[in-house]
Amino acid sequence: MTVAVFFGCTFIAFGPAVALFVFTIARDPLRVIFLIAGAFFWLVSLLLSSLVWFITVQISNKNSATQQTGLLIFGVVLSVLLQEAFRYGYYRLLKKANEGLLALSQEDTMPISIRQLAYVSGLGFGFMSGAFSVVNILSDSLGPGTVGIHGDPQHYFISSAFMTLAIILLHMFWGVVFFESCERQRWWALGAVVISHLVVSCVTFVNPHYQGSLIPTYIILSIMAAWAYLCAGGSLRNLKLCLTCKDKDFLLANHRPR
Amino acid sequence: VFDLSQHFLSVPPCLRSNDGTEVNRHTETTPSRNEVELNGQPPTARPPQVLTDSEEDEDEELTLKYGAKHVIMLFVPVTLCMVVVVATIKSVSFYTQKDGQQLIYTPFREDTETVGQRALNSMLNAFIMIGVILVMTLVLVVLYKYRCYKVIQAWLFFSNLLLLFFFSLIYLGEVFKTYNVAMDYFTLAVIIWNFGVVGMICIHWKGPLRLQQAYLIMISALMALVFIKYLPEWTAWLILAAISVYDLLAVLCPKGPLRILVETAQERNETIFPALIYSSTVVWLFNMADSAETGNNSSHPVPQQENQVAMAPTAQPEDDGGFTPAWVNQQQHQLGPMQSSEDSRREIQELPSARPPPVEDDEERGVKLGLGDFIFYSMLVGKASATASGDWNTTIACFVAILIGLCLTLLLLAIFKKALPALPISITFGLVFYFATDNLVRPFMDQLAVHQFYI
Repeated sequence: MTVAVFFGCTFIAFGPAVALFVFTIARDPLRVIFLIAGAFFWLVSLLLSSLVWFITVQISNKNSATQQTGLLIFGVVLSVLLQEAFRYGYYRLLKKANEGLLALSQEDTMPISIRQLAYVSGLGFGFMSGAFSVVNILSDSLGPGTVGIHGDPQHYFISSAFMTLAIILLHMFWGVVFFESCERQRWWALGAVVISHLVVSCVTFVNPHYQGSLIPTYIILSIMAAWAYLCAGGSLRNLKLCLTCKDKDFLLANHRPR
Repeated sequence: VFDLSQHFLSVPPCLRSNDGTEVNRHTETTPSRNEVELNGQPPTARPPQVLTDSEEDEDEELTLKYGAKHVIMLFVPVTLCMVVVVATIKSVSFYTQKDGQQLIYTPFREDTETVGQRALNSMLNAFIMIGVILVMTLVLVVLYKYRCYKVIQAWLFFSNLLLLFFFSLIYLGEVFKTYNVAMDYFTLAVIIWNFGVVGMICIHWKGPLRLQQAYLIMISALMALVFIKYLPEWTAWLILAAISVYDLLAVLCPKGPLRILVETAQERNETIFPALIYSSTVVWLFNMADSAETGNNSSHPVPQQENQVAMAPTAQPEDDGGFTPAWVNQQQHQLGPMQSSEDSRREIQELPSARPPPVEDDEERGVKLGLGDFIFYSMLVGKASATASGDWNTTIACFVAILIGLCLTLLLLAIFKKALPALPISITFGLVFYFATDNLVRPFMDQLAVHQFYI
């Protein structure tokens, strides 16, 4: 039971993300580096937010449970805002680095486009966020133990896995939309990304009523997926061509017959 | 003094030269490759002086283009080594048990009554360890200066022997104990014998590249595990910090032992090719091109090298100084491989004459990293997974921090193009993230997990 739960939850949480990594990022060293750098930026933002939270907890009343929960909520909101701030910081850094690379190289095109960077950095944020959320839970799920023996929710592991999956994919979509909106100077889109991140974090406050947190999260996930797809240049026509194997550009690029 | 970026990036050493005439000679001997590297400009059409300038730009471009690939070629083995160490720490409890035994180089015990006493003892331990390493490095520099290559080779050989047979026997025994596998002595002897002999052959002579890389990773992991087991808590962290500082000083100060070593090697134009530097590609015709052109090559290594077609980068058995300070120390197995790491690192970086054959593509140029670096990175991550109460979060944080430190180090190397130590940045990041994650992030994430809040 325990090993099955472990593997099941691991694959649910990390399956799509690892597949994306293996098929699109692992072959290109530059992308891998930017992925790890994105993970590092997320880590630094988490560090700062936990520092602030830690300080507030130390100066607060440790016996009052409501105060502690309140501080935790404050910590969550602060963390979300800091993550988005660091995403913006990473964007600025990448722009500078890209300009530098372009100036130095003799070719006309940059080795990696800003859209690819958006995708890779979003996935980096997602990997780190997912890892920090769920890896300890997964290692505990190997057992021994009983879930919910004191009346806690029974579906702790599987709901965590699904939530983590949503968060990882959401970070990737947020990254794409964020960078695109920074490029086009569309500040309302930027605000929308931040607000949606806040909403997703805040609906988790109703856990363990998972229907209240998972369903809105997945709705937001689908909306962001569609938005990111449109930002990346996709359209219904592209999708249809791709699915019916009639996209000539794609087929030519992959040397396959029509 | 010389360009160290050569060895991490694909900039061919012949292009990066302070001496214009030397460059000219190299262009004559390897015209095809130079054409590739100089973007098709005919090498003969340019006077040597102009070569030096235009080299800079082309070097920059090649640097950036291929730098990423070489960073990844280092990420993968470092990651593998860390994975092996963390997997062992998590499953085999032997390496986290404190038996009360300590290395002879850390004589002071940490189970004292007061915190102050413990701090003092651990500082003394670290001090002694660094002192020992310093002495060993100086001995090594002296041996190298007086060309006692045989001594160094033999030392290396025996330390490798110890590691490949004795330590892996212990490791295998502990793994069997953990998983309750029954094994008779005969089978065990056959396994260990084969493992050890193949390892010695691969590392000191010739062997398939992947196998050699695997062996180097395994022995680095074994050393890191030994350190994790036998160094007491505070001593280990202090040693990590002290080693980074020592590394910085030894490489950057003009009178630092490592810098002296490097400069001596460069003067002699020798490829000090230690038997234990991890290399990502095969190094062919080692030193052949140089020996034909540069007159100040030491006569001793030249004729033998030309006969050797190295199939593994460490095919330097009996001729020139193919020693690694790493093994010098590991033979005693209590000495910090730090010494070796710095030396091996310097040795990587000072391979001005290591050159691939003309047919080799730029992208096939490999990158090298000293085993001491592997050992210390893995030791940090292993300790993080062994002792952190934040468990996997801390381990992952240290892992990412070390990789980013390595990336930054390589970037700095590309920018400054001089000898830079590989330990300080990564170890600093690793230490900062270890303590920060363990003390600040862990309580936060634990609280979030209890309530199932997501950030």
